[in-house]
Amino acid sequence: MQREPVEAARAALVHEQAEQGVTRRHFLKLGVVFGAAAGGGLLVGVTLPARGQVTAQGPSGAVAADVQVPAASGEFVPNGFIRIDRSGQVFLTMPKVEMGQGIQTAIPMLIAEELEVPLDQVKIEHAPPDGEVYRDPLLLNEHMTGGSSSIRFAWEPMRRAGAAGRVLLINAAAARWNVDPAACHADAGFVLHPASGRKLGYGELVEAAATLPVPPGLEKTVVLKQPADFKLIGKPHRRLDSTSKTNGTAQFGLDVRLPGMVYAAVVHSPVIGGKVVKVDDTHARKVPGVRQVVQLDNAVAVIGDHSWAARRGASALVIEWNNGDHARVSTKLLAADLDQAAQRDGVVARKKGNVEQGFRNAASKVDAVYRQPFLAHATMEPMNCTVHVTPGRVELWVGTQVPARTIDTAVRITGLPRDKITLHNFLIGGGFGRRLETDCTGQAIRIGQQVGAPVKVMWTREEDMQHDLYRPCYYDHISAALDANGKPVAWTHRIVGSSIVARFFGTSAMKNGLDFDAIEVAADLPYDIPNQFIDYVRLEPRNVPTTFWRGVGPTRGAMVVESFIDELAVNAKVDPVEYRRSLLGKSPRALNVLNVAAKAAGWGTPLPQGQGRGVSVLHAWNSYFSMVAHVTVINGEVRVNRLVCVVDCGHTVNPMTIAAQFEGGAIFGITAVLYSEITIEGGRVQQSNFTDYPMVRINEAPQIQVIIVDSTEAPGGMGEPGTAVTGPALLNAIYAATGKRIRQLPVGRQLQTP
Amino acid sequence: MQTININGEDRQVDAPPDMPLLWVLRDRVGLMGTKFGCGIAQCGACTVQLDGVAARSCVTPMAAVGSRKITTIEAIGATPAGSKVQKAWLELDVVQCGYCQSGQIMSAAALIAANPNPSDADIDAAMAGNICRCGTYTRIRAAIKHAVKER
Repeated sequence: MQREPVEAARAALVHEQAEQGVTRRHFLKLGVVFGAAAGGGLLVGVTLPARGQVTAQGPSGAVAADVQVPAASGEFVPNGFIRIDRSGQVFLTMPKVEMGQGIQTAIPMLIAEELEVPLDQVKIEHAPPDGEVYRDPLLLNEHMTGGSSSIRFAWEPMRRAGAAGRVLLINAAAARWNVDPAACHADAGFVLHPASGRKLGYGELVEAAATLPVPPGLEKTVVLKQPADFKLIGKPHRRLDSTSKTNGTAQFGLDVRLPGMVYAAVVHSPVIGGKVVKVDDTHARKVPGVRQVVQLDNAVAVIGDHSWAARRGASALVIEWNNGDHARVSTKLLAADLDQAAQRDGVVARKKGNVEQGFRNAASKVDAVYRQPFLAHATMEPMNCTVHVTPGRVELWVGTQVPARTIDTAVRITGLPRDKITLHNFLIGGGFGRRLETDCTGQAIRIGQQVGAPVKVMWTREEDMQHDLYRPCYYDHISAALDANGKPVAWTHRIVGSSIVARFFGTSAMKNGLDFDAIEVAADLPYDIPNQFIDYVRLEPRNVPTTFWRGVGPTRGAMVVESFIDELAVNAKVDPVEYRRSLLGKSPRALNVLNVAAKAAGWGTPLPQGQGRGVSVLHAWNSYFSMVAHVTVINGEVRVNRLVCVVDCGHTVNPMTIAAQFEGGAIFGITAVLYSEITIEGGRVQQSNFTDYPMVRINEAPQIQVIIVDSTEAPGGMGEPGTAVTGPALLNAIYAATGKRIRQLPVGRQLQTP
Repeated sequence: MQTININGEDRQVDAPPDMPLLWVLRDRVGLMGTKFGCGIAQCGACTVQLDGVAARSCVTPMAAVGSRKITTIEAIGATPAGSKVQKAWLELDVVQCGYCQSGQIMSAAALIAANPNPSDADIDAAMAGNICRCGTYTRIRAAIKHAVKER
């Protein structure tokens, strides 16, 4: 993106607005019942900026999204999500970033449904980082995108935002015509008065709507549509971002271009935690196009006229590192740490009935330990951030899941006030949790502090993979006491692993030392087991940083719980679907998805030698899922033939996106289960690129059938479950095909005979 | 300075002979649709066409381009195959994050231009070099089949 004059003018405007700050705007409060979100009717206060005067700019102080158009005067801004200009153009401000999950189609559907505007005519903007209204109560009240929370967050407030805008536009038209607003209605960007046949476009009503008084209690009186009247919600709709993503015009963070911009290539300490001692840059500086070498605490950056010069320069560096005692860290050592920690008593995550008694009276017992490895995110867009640090100001161009934390990071490093930091957020070329972190942004700012020009910091695939924050490695130990029929009467489960929540949200987010993410699924089984004891032992993997990764707690939890339930079925010599059915009496939605999946997949029909079907059930993110996987194992190689996935995610917003998320999540899950493992030796990550951290490719992709069951429940999450429910279905199918139970991931070569 | 033909236009570019075409396109010419993914021809995000043949621009040095005509995602819609592929991608709602899709479309367009009726095996062979971390493969396959049916 070369900066056009108009854009430079906008940037100047942004600076001016940032200085004025956003606090002078007024806010109106909406009381919103967030039933599904809180699991039972928690009242959450959602503040919307008050609609106000005709503004000279957008709805927000520091908005500078790449898709933003220069703001014109004379706009109607009923709240923080909607802006309509005199031409009738509707701009929707997105509280959530688009990283492939289709949220910047689904949220517009929610708003447009109630605002009564055609979806193909709206323009999408990124929300500014510091707006109160963009905070998500499901994500500890942060402005953040992740945790499959977006639709749960958006479901009611976005519709209310749209409805509030519609009411004000209708009132404006009714006042102009001097008729009762109740005699008017809105449709496709117009207000109509059928009795007189008059109609006015939203653009013509902008100024009047912006100056009319807000009806008292609008937030409470505004009536949302009944589901039967939905025109958009629940109907399949194609994504709004497809055109730009198919013709090369979509802009990711890595695509920013600025006048005078230089390029940085980074060499991190190969040993995690190592520090720079000495840099010999003699050869690096001789590379044509290299301008500068920047030394940081744990990395060295070479600045060049283009990426290639910078990269060649980086390759020519001779760096001496101080590894301290970090070089002794290895996968083996960390596994031994886990084994040892598993002997400790953990923090109680769930206690139900009396497990001791259950085990004492048991007819038999089954016991298993499962181990899961570190995983890298490997987003297709490697980590990058472009930054321009000037005296008293920082400007950032980066695709991030955490706009507010990105500002925090800049403030922490530079000591500047928040309003001196400008963030331009972008489409994200794969998040999966990686872009919840601001490590690369922080590094870019530190580099930018030493470079007197805009600088694009880009990690290579190798740097990206070896300096990720990883999905933790875990140790899970489950035991079941069984009755004479092989049904569980008592169940213990110890989870050992890193606490992402403690680092990410702070220990204050822990309840009595309990990581709410790590125990998900495990502490809330859909199965009716009378005596349960689940505890959690926190063990950090020394200096290896860990973070969220598509599904984290539920992905890990479902892997072991659904594997173990299968082991119990095998032990009881009962069909795995039948066995689950017998335990799902108190979870009708889980039972329903299981039944639908079994039927659609032809469960129980005979398969040739070497093939098998496996099933899994998942209740997480306020949704229910079941999958039947069908695999063929030949010479120890797993071929996934077909996946049948049944989804009950409550009321659907965009079924097309739900299917896409499930298909993609399943592929993501297959990659993880079959191939993915980050190992550490000598303190270094051993994998470096797609050669040794392979991905499922098109020739390995199975047929995937997604069935969405009708539901009137509040919507649940959809971004991560496809991954979470796939793993155990595959492992169970592999067992059915081979008789071999995989308890340590990935499958890798474990099925091959030596 | 070297002259290369990009999207039908001769362009003078200032780049060392060992500089991969990817960086020439992105950092020198300013065509940002072609993406960096792995740098070693393992993911296909950087796929362009050289004389209509899919090529990984991250491992194609400037010096190796010669007089071959370079086509990028920005211009592939002007070719019959590219246009069909783009339409099919929209029709079947293929994209998710979208980062790999330039490369996917360049590979798919090269495939159907050379083979108007690709089998599943042909699709595997032509597309297995393109990784999609979002996992859009089933739709990519369906969209290629859809594209070849378009008149």
